[in-house]
Amino acid sequence: MENKKGAGMKLNLNLNLTKKNIPILSSIGIFLLLYVVGGLFFNGFFSIGVFSNLFYDNAFLGVLAVGMTLVIISGGIDLSVGSVIGFTCTFIAYLVEVKQMNPVLAMFLSLVIGTTAGTLMGFLIHNFKLPAFLVTLVGMFLFRGLAYQVSLESIPIRNELFLEMSQVGLFEYNGRTLFPMASLIFIFMVMLGVYMSHFRKFGRNIYAIGGSEPSAVLMGLPVGRTKIMVYAFSGFCSALGGIVYTFYLQSGYALAGVGMELNVIAAVVIGGTLLTGGAGFIEGTLVGVLILGLIDTILNFYGQLSSWWFRIFIGLLLFLFILLQTWLTRSNIFLKYAMKQQQKRNDAAKGLQETSQHS
Amino acid sequence: MFKNENVRKLLWPAVALLVILLFNVFFTENFLNIEVKDGHLFGSLIDILNRGAPVLIISIGMTLVYATGGIDLSVGSVIAISGAVAAQLIRPGYIHGILEYPDPPTSLFVVIGVPLLICAIAGAWNGVLVAFVGIQPIIATLILMVAGRGIAQLVTEGQIPVFIHEPFQFLGGGFLMGVPFPVIVSILLIAAVYFLTRRTSLGLFIESSGGNPIASRYMGIKSRLIVLSTYVFCALCAGLAGLIICSDIKAADANNAGLFLELDAIAAVIIGGTMWGGRFTLAGSVIGALIIQSITTTILAFGIPPEVTLVFKALVIIIVSLIQSEGIQDAINTWKTKRAQA
Repeated sequence: MENKKGAGMKLNLNLNLTKKNIPILSSIGIFLLLYVVGGLFFNGFFSIGVFSNLFYDNAFLGVLAVGMTLVIISGGIDLSVGSVIGFTCTFIAYLVEVKQMNPVLAMFLSLVIGTTAGTLMGFLIHNFKLPAFLVTLVGMFLFRGLAYQVSLESIPIRNELFLEMSQVGLFEYNGRTLFPMASLIFIFMVMLGVYMSHFRKFGRNIYAIGGSEPSAVLMGLPVGRTKIMVYAFSGFCSALGGIVYTFYLQSGYALAGVGMELNVIAAVVIGGTLLTGGAGFIEGTLVGVLILGLIDTILNFYGQLSSWWFRIFIGLLLFLFILLQTWLTRSNIFLKYAMKQQQKRNDAAKGLQETSQHS
Repeated sequence: MFKNENVRKLLWPAVALLVILLFNVFFTENFLNIEVKDGHLFGSLIDILNRGAPVLIISIGMTLVYATGGIDLSVGSVIAISGAVAAQLIRPGYIHGILEYPDPPTSLFVVIGVPLLICAIAGAWNGVLVAFVGIQPIIATLILMVAGRGIAQLVTEGQIPVFIHEPFQFLGGGFLMGVPFPVIVSILLIAAVYFLTRRTSLGLFIESSGGNPIASRYMGIKSRLIVLSTYVFCALCAGLAGLIICSDIKAADANNAGLFLELDAIAAVIIGGTMWGGRFTLAGSVIGALIIQSITTTILAFGIPPEVTLVFKALVIIIVSLIQSEGIQDAINTWKTKRAQA
């Protein structure tokens, strides 16, 4: 009896490991395919400028996606991210231009607001057992409304310090700044996400909660604290994404980021994170964001297809990946594989036992 | 008092609606006035019903989906699709710069029938993904939410076709016996759905499919088919709402038609007290939709920018769902027992 239970647990572990790997591998495959196809069809596609722009144009998406990945791995969802972007944009522009505040202070304030809002949402989700999509939906309403409250009109930012900050880059090439501030923040957040999810207790707890919350409670993990922190981190990422978006737009506009939450979720899913929670990688999300960016770049290079094709392509890609995920979770290919591995291990263990008994 | 569970559930939403209306009676001028101009009814109350008709219609469809343990995020995009298709049918050459209408003008039957058919297909797509493929509803309908607006823009090629079509305009802007036609449409729809779900066993089937799909299947209920049909019905409702909006503004705006409307509908259903996967209440959703619309109208009457209504809607939703949440209910119950012991 005892033996059987142990075998089952190990088997699950094995299954998850394989289930995790297939989607991320297919995402990388799609990324390479798109990149090569784009390069073969269009001149100048392989240039460093295009590659740098991939990180620049999608920086805000990437920053949001890091937070969203952790939320989805924990088994939740955060629909408020797009609105927080809109709010942060307008808020910073308003403070800097209308109130003449120091941009650094304005950014700091907006980060504080984003994190506080995330914490509050996490608190409501965990302590009152409200569904995550409902609470974050309310957050979505609230921040969009607050953004309008701050300013109904677009505010251009002319503050010199702010513009200088947005122009700081990694290096210059042919008179152009490559990897400017926005993309550096993006890359830093991805690295931070990787570090937290793989090398910190916090990350491991997130995976455990996403895999099975009751088990995580029984294991004595700090479920409540972790869940609240995940939403707080997502709120922080949203505010930071808003800052990056403000760098990008150089203005504040209350309608910024409408529908962004869907692009972010699409990027996370295409990056191979399982929507049921418990499995996924920040690295995959990076690939997912870059795939969305590549589609956009290819459409731009082609020039004849309009923006709505972007939505349709994303929808299609999302559909394919979700189908892949569903098939992976349902099909028993990996179960069989894992059982075989387990059998081998059991046999080996038996052999070892027998030899030890003989001696 | 209020022993009946159904009545008790409706109490808080009804009180909330009354409070909002009372607030208006005191602070908005001529709120209760209903005038008859040219044989048409006018007034703030009529306006709430008229402007609220699309939200009301969608929230009826959403109620059924919500009761099966699902959610339909794609209604906003379906609204955009149905409006775009209708406008395209009325004025096929508009996007290519041909301003003439086809001769004879497109028949009303086609203008209403074809968009609804397309919406039904969209709903079937959602339903198949949820019920047969087994994808979580939030995600399955997310796909159409992302792609649907793109499809609508594809139909109108990113333009906003404007049109004149007398019979079709009646749907959104007409009056029948003095009452705005959208109001009549929504009342008829509510009556039909009430009859179908509460006077036949269909309603119970939907609730049991939401409560426990596997047990329902063992009982002989075709729960997958029922879930599928709720999604088709919800998309049809969205399509109808889209036609009303499109016919009211005499144009199809693929970018903005129905934007955020899915949230209004979900809010209306939640405020009304329908359970996620379980008992649903049509009356509750109707009250919920009226609450949402009254908030919007109130704020407009106060001259606050309409966009800011989102803040108030958010606050109302979170307060109502907090009152209904387990945590608060537990706290109230323990407080009650403690008081009884003391």
